[in-house]
Amino acid sequence: MAYSEKVIEHFKHPKNVGTLDKSSKSVGTGLVGAPECGDVMRLQIEVDEESKVIKDAKFKTFGCGSAIASSSLATEWLKGKTLDEAQAIDNMDIVEELALPPVKIHCSVLAEDAIKSAIEDYKSKNA
Amino acid sequence: MSKERLIYLDNNATTPTDPRVVETMLPFFHEIPGNAASRNHPFGWSAAEGVDYARDQIADLIQVDNKEIIFTSGATESNNLAIKGVFEMYGRKGNHIITVTTEHKAVLDTCQNLERRGAEVTYLNVNEHGLINLEELEAAITDKTILVSVMWANNETGVIQPMKEIGEICNKHGVLFMSDATQAVGKIPVHPKELGIHLMSFTAHKMYGPKGVGALFVNRKNPRVKVTAQIDGGGHERGMRSGTLNVPGIVGFGKAAELAKKEMAADAERLSKLRDKLEKALCETLEETKVNGTTEYRMPHVTNISFKHVEGEGLMMTFNQNIAVSSGSACTSASLEPSYVLVAHGLGDDEVHSSIRFSLGRFTTEEDIDFTIEALQKGVNHMRDLSPIWEMFKEGVDLNTVEWSEH
Repeated sequence: MAYSEKVIEHFKHPKNVGTLDKSSKSVGTGLVGAPECGDVMRLQIEVDEESKVIKDAKFKTFGCGSAIASSSLATEWLKGKTLDEAQAIDNMDIVEELALPPVKIHCSVLAEDAIKSAIEDYKSKNA
Repeated sequence: MSKERLIYLDNNATTPTDPRVVETMLPFFHEIPGNAASRNHPFGWSAAEGVDYARDQIADLIQVDNKEIIFTSGATESNNLAIKGVFEMYGRKGNHIITVTTEHKAVLDTCQNLERRGAEVTYLNVNEHGLINLEELEAAITDKTILVSVMWANNETGVIQPMKEIGEICNKHGVLFMSDATQAVGKIPVHPKELGIHLMSFTAHKMYGPKGVGALFVNRKNPRVKVTAQIDGGGHERGMRSGTLNVPGIVGFGKAAELAKKEMAADAERLSKLRDKLEKALCETLEETKVNGTTEYRMPHVTNISFKHVEGEGLMMTFNQNIAVSSGSACTSASLEPSYVLVAHGLGDDEVHSSIRFSLGRFTTEEDIDFTIEALQKGVNHMRDLSPIWEMFKEGVDLNTVEWSEH
């Protein structure tokens, strides 16, 4: 299958690959997917305590090119957003930005799930 | 990586047509345009001569009588003709067919079709090496069994089934034995009659011949095997397969068979060395890497390797501008199903998603392999740097205890 140039660019030069300290109170971690399904995404956000703005985001993904591109793009979008703004990111925005074909839409769904799961984790730590 | 370099290690999908084969075919498009069934003029005679010669070349490769070769459009059609044809022809004797879970879809889907038409099908499992259990096979045979269908060599792993022993069991019980030998013919010695095989499918495009032409070997004596035609209209190929013969394709198939007979041993020796070099280099330099299927009974040119905690399709994307291979992870298909062949070997779905098949061929060079080794090392390391599962594995997390959110 031919990938879009944006997917290839994110795949070759993924943004924000890495690991944040998941035990830190200011970090929210979302781990979604399963190795059996061929996709696992771990997305982390670090939130500024005062402004509640996401000041850093990191990911690691086990998956195909589209899954990696989706998570790379998600981390880029997250940085500088408030939690409410981040919560509003829709998987179809990712589909559109990366020109994902129908068989790869699940990659964007996974990225949205990872964002929501990271936010939830942060909120539960800071409830 | 350079854009120019293109390495083809997907020869189990299809082989490039050998230029010597192409050259042999060319006159049969324009200069010799006849229909091989036109018995009354030189155009037809010349075409028929070309077909007869090719039939001899193919019969010679697999050591059968030339009248036992039925030309088809490819191995899928041959498998359909053999299995459906036997089911219809021998329906009065019984309705039970035995096959294996790791067969090609051309066999499995055909069997499923017959199940809807009243067939009982037993699907034998394979062990972790990809091999069937002969005792299970023998125990599965009943007085209703009309056919045992076992592929010679597996397309994904190259694993070769114990054909001789299967033949003996079928012979003992008087059951027809059919084999999909698509991946084996032309690459290793395949002599169905010596092993008591009654029907055997194969195709030109897996042995450096053209696409769109295949054959079914049908045993003619002791026993005389018959299959009910699946395509009617003219009674070509001794009534078993109607339709104008693909003369250029058949001529090319014949030439490919002749070349295979001459060059098979040398090709196999050279390719097994290259395959072993590739396998050894990857397994020695990359941790958590393992070969799938037995390394004892397998084709000389194939290896299937799992690179744990790396997803196959993503891995392929690190080098697929330059290297063509195939992944056990069918993430590109709508089904998202991992390879059922590797699942049948008892691999976990995660290992299946991490697998890559390398199939070498006549035109593979040592430089190709050296380049591939380097690209794979880089690619696997890149993907592992990106992989959360690899990170967890390195931290000593037992991945089986993690609660994954399946989707």
